[in-house]
Amino acid sequence: MSTIDKDTVKHVAMLSRLALDDSEIAAYSRQLASILTYISKLNELDTKDTPPTSHALRTLKNVFRKDSTKPSLSVEEALKNAPAKEGGFFKVPQVIEGK
Amino acid sequence: MENLHSLTAHELKELMASSPVEPSKILGDVLKRVDALDGKIRAFALVNRDGARKACASAKGGGRLSGIPVLMKDNICVAGEETTCASRILKGFKPPYDATVTRKLKEDGAVLIGKANMDEFAFGSSCETSCYGATRNPWDLDRIPGGSSGGSAAAVAADETIVALGSDTGGSIRQPAALCGVVGMKPTYGRVSRYGLIAFASSLDQIGPITKDVKDASLLLGVIAGHDEMDSTSVDLPVPDYTKSLTKDIKGVRVGVPKEYFVKGIDREVEDSVKKAIGVLKDLGAEVIDISLPHTGYAVSTYYIIGPAEASSNLARFDGVQYGLRDSTAKDIIGMYTRTRSEGFGDEAKRRILLGTYCLSAGYYDAYYLKALKVRTKIREDFDNAFKSCDCIVTPTSPTPAFRIGEKTDDPIAMYLSDVYTIPANLAGLPAMSIPCGFSSGGLPVGLQIMAKPFDEEMIFRVAYAFEQSTDFHKKRPRL
Repeated sequence: MSTIDKDTVKHVAMLSRLALDDSEIAAYSRQLASILTYISKLNELDTKDTPPTSHALRTLKNVFRKDSTKPSLSVEEALKNAPAKEGGFFKVPQVIEGK
Repeated sequence: MENLHSLTAHELKELMASSPVEPSKILGDVLKRVDALDGKIRAFALVNRDGARKACASAKGGGRLSGIPVLMKDNICVAGEETTCASRILKGFKPPYDATVTRKLKEDGAVLIGKANMDEFAFGSSCETSCYGATRNPWDLDRIPGGSSGGSAAAVAADETIVALGSDTGGSIRQPAALCGVVGMKPTYGRVSRYGLIAFASSLDQIGPITKDVKDASLLLGVIAGHDEMDSTSVDLPVPDYTKSLTKDIKGVRVGVPKEYFVKGIDREVEDSVKKAIGVLKDLGAEVIDISLPHTGYAVSTYYIIGPAEASSNLARFDGVQYGLRDSTAKDIIGMYTRTRSEGFGDEAKRRILLGTYCLSAGYYDAYYLKALKVRTKIREDFDNAFKSCDCIVTPTSPTPAFRIGEKTDDPIAMYLSDVYTIPANLAGLPAMSIPCGFSSGGLPVGLQIMAKPFDEEMIFRVAYAFEQSTDFHKKRPRL
């Protein structure tokens, strides 16, 4: 497995919506490289014929319920924690480019 | 009546049944203890005096924990009460609903007294990554209480609450319980509803009790366990009366001891305490069997792919739109997301988001994430094989007693390795408990971990109770 250079850290930070300064990029690139080196221990194992486990409940299949209406949060309750709201909606900065 | 705070829940229940002790008296005594001690221990993120007093006034006698003060970890939603995961990004967030465990405790008549400090978003093994500052270990205030449920464990150890809830993704209930000398249990994955637990790694997280003794853990788990249609991974199995497992009889129980847990890296005094504890189980009539869990050495690597991968996805929701912090200086929405997240998350949260995003990103998914899921299968199969020849498995909970504040903050891998013995139970979905089993020469608590087959919490309670009742470790309290 590869290690992680500064450009990769910058790319992953962009995907994660995190802004990092130069000293953070340097520190994370060093730390992530050592974590990835440690993790690469997994390559010692042959897993060619091993199925993946995505959760621990072996018997669980899709869980369905009846599609029926039940009480839910009111608009007011759902918006109570919003940093900005307007007319029953969450308010955010401009999304689409324009004037 | 003096020192009500030093009693257990079952002792207080007996007291309330036989003499006129009001829940408000118990609460008053516990809050006095919090006022006297929490300035130095810092186990609380929030003390909810008014809410607790109101709960006392309406507490009816019938419930298993009615009138008993309970401290909730700060990642469990309590309606209208600030719930922050000890993160700046959730500052001020007051959930509009109760977690299922919160609802069950309220319906039972328990008195919720506030929120426990924790590692930010449960990312840590020391309680040092909290935005509120580090919690201290009541046995030595220069040391960490363990993490991430460090506030819950420290508060129970210091008698600042009667019982507490924690959450456990890779050891976050058991490791702090061990380091603070109390009982901590991670139930089987699916035993307790995760609805209203702010998610870290959804395939690993479980809520569980942190208590002063095994009987209290059996009472608290009985109240919070069970199927919940709000969590599709909660399992529809009947909840047994766990107090019926407290028989003290473990004759003929087959106790497996895995050789891979006693290798380089374990503290000599921890090893000695655990081996003596195994001797106690043998004296009580258990059959001790040497077993092997050959993939133990791969568990930390597996966990530090799966955990951060799931966390990076779960933490995508913290973007300044619906709740918590928002940076209002950005002109466009991507800038708003980015600045909010960069300001709101601490260093370890960012490290795990970056690591998880990397492991899930195009080109690396198969090499890291898929590989880890396959090794997870091998770790699970180790336990399947082991449980063919034993009924439970005992190991140390943590390789060392509590370390010093600041000792491991600059070395993520050293910090991650403090969960080396607890992570496998999360990957395999097994129930596991830590109970006090000794002290280091410096007077620091040591924990014994007991693991069992999925949904066999009863076996753990049986073995843990038999051990506890024939030893005195759980009765020792820190001098504060």
